[in-house]
Amino acid sequence: MKRLILTLLFFASLVLLWALIVRARIWSPVLLPSPMKVGEYLKSAAEDGTLWQATLITVKRLVIGYIIGLVGGIPLGLMTARWNILHDTIGTLSLGLTTLPSVCWVPLALLWFGQSEAAMLFVVVMGTLWSVIIATDTGVRHVPPIYRKAALTMGSKNMHIWLKVIFPAALPFIVSGMKQGWAFAWRSLMAAEIFVTILSGFGLGQLLHYGRELNAMDQVIAIMFIIVLIGLLADKTLFAPIERFLHRRWGTSQ
Amino acid sequence: MYVTHTFELPPSTSTSVREELQFLPPSKLKVENVSKSFKSRTGPVQALDRVSLRVAEGEFLCLVGASGCGKSTLLNIIAGLEKPDSGTVTADGLRVQEPGRERLVMFQEAALFPWLDVLGNVLFGLKMKPHLTNKDRKEVARYYLELVGLSRFERANIHELSGGMKQRVALARALAPNPRMLLMDEPFAALDALTREQLYGDLQEIWESRRKTIIFVTHNVREAACLGDRVILFSPHPGRVREEFQIKLPRPRDINSTDLAEHASKIMRSLKGYKDTNGEIAE
Ligand SMILES: Nc1ncnc2c1ncn2[C@@H]1O[C@H](COP(=O)(O)OP(=O)(O)OP(=O)(O)O)[C@@H](O)[C@H]1O
Ligand SMILES: [Mg+2]
Repeated sequence: MKRLILTLLFFASLVLLWALIVRARIWSPVLLPSPMKVGEYLKSAAEDGTLWQATLITVKRLVIGYIIGLVGGIPLGLMTARWNILHDTIGTLSLGLTTLPSVCWVPLALLWFGQSEAAMLFVVVMGTLWSVIIATDTGVRHVPPIYRKAALTMGSKNMHIWLKVIFPAALPFIVSGMKQGWAFAWRSLMAAEIFVTILSGFGLGQLLHYGRELNAMDQVIAIMFIIVLIGLLADKTLFAPIERFLHRRWGTSQ
Repeated sequence: MYVTHTFELPPSTSTSVREELQFLPPSKLKVENVSKSFKSRTGPVQALDRVSLRVAEGEFLCLVGASGCGKSTLLNIIAGLEKPDSGTVTADGLRVQEPGRERLVMFQEAALFPWLDVLGNVLFGLKMKPHLTNKDRKEVARYYLELVGLSRFERANIHELSGGMKQRVALARALAPNPRMLLMDEPFAALDALTREQLYGDLQEIWESRRKTIIFVTHNVREAACLGDRVILFSPHPGRVREEFQIKLPRPRDINSTDLAEHASKIMRSLKGYKDTNGEIAE
């Protein structure tokens, strides 16, 4: 409770500082709108629905692409860990592609899929997939062989061992890979949305882009604020509970 | 808190649970001419050289030998986790080809699963028994947790347990699927003397009441003399069976008794002989 109050106080004072700087008129109000103006934009955009719609579209692209990335990446990672031939091929490819900043997929996606939803999904999947494969592969390779042996003597076999022993044992690695994949996907999706207008739906990135076109700084800052908020929310509601569970079970927290 | 008696099952216990907890006749084991070598950077290491031994039903056999004489390797081969280069292992008249839960291993290292709590660990082996319902499984798991005196900790995480408690959970987990044979690889080596003494008592009690065949590996000759019906002495480089000692002392045995100490010092003398000559002793 005390920590929550401190956090809130910190952010309140940030906004206060911002308001004071605007008051001091160091920069023109066109370049640095007041918190009130940003709030007003958010209010009107929420009322006419553009904000919700854009958020929904962006989050939908992100979630669908992310899930595809996980559903593909985790089994692939398990497989590259299981078979050396896959490790040397797909594993090496994944390692190479994780080093590629995921924004670099945007031009390729546009050429392949045109200005479509598919292009957006592709970018998100590419952001997620490779780091999930690498993390899963690494995780499995770090599982102490003794766990497998213990399970074998208790009568566990092939598929059962993979599902009930190797997968959970590798979970701390897999989750950190999922987190990294999420961050990559989120960044590349924003880049893609800012670069290109997709006619099938206006995402947050597009709102940001048009904010710049219209010189509407309040819109730009408001949308950035929303983007940060979504990122924070995902972390706090999705990853934090899983990580807390892992820390508690493994005893890795202080 | 520690086991000093056999448990009465409450009258409400279902028949499936009673059957699960029933005693099965222990298995017989035959190891014949088993050899095993490993490749290492400095060349091949002969871990086991033509090892043969027999274990009778319900016997408590201790294997003693210097570090590196292949005791763990032999247990792994008996368990079916590793293949011998030559020779055979026969359990209950069947050749051992792969691991199976009739021969459960309690490993030298900690092998409890950190992603499961204490109860989850004990349940793991029971989940592989399809004829039990989940409720039955829990009941059986709790029975064994009580047997090792850890009922209160069934919801604890593994990292929250002390070393001795972990070994108790490992023991409960190994006992729960009701294996005919237990292979124990220096299970108590890392524990303090007091905890160890308690566990000696528990183990003898369980062995007697549940009629299991136990192969118990240890460095500690006193431990071997305290637990075993028979003690087999290994010599290293290459790992060979050297000598056998019958321990005909009444049970339960007290590790501090003088009779036991006499046996232990006899074994110790032999053991030292093999170690000094590095195993290359004339026959
Ligand atoms: N997987 C392996 N690869 C290479 N060498 C091995 C392997 N496992 C065992 N060895 C070698 O085989 C020999 C016997 O090892 P083992 O673990 O069976 O000994 P041990 O009797 O159990 O020793 P300790 O009492 O120290 O546990 C040792 O020299 C060891 O170096
Ligand atoms: Mg060993």
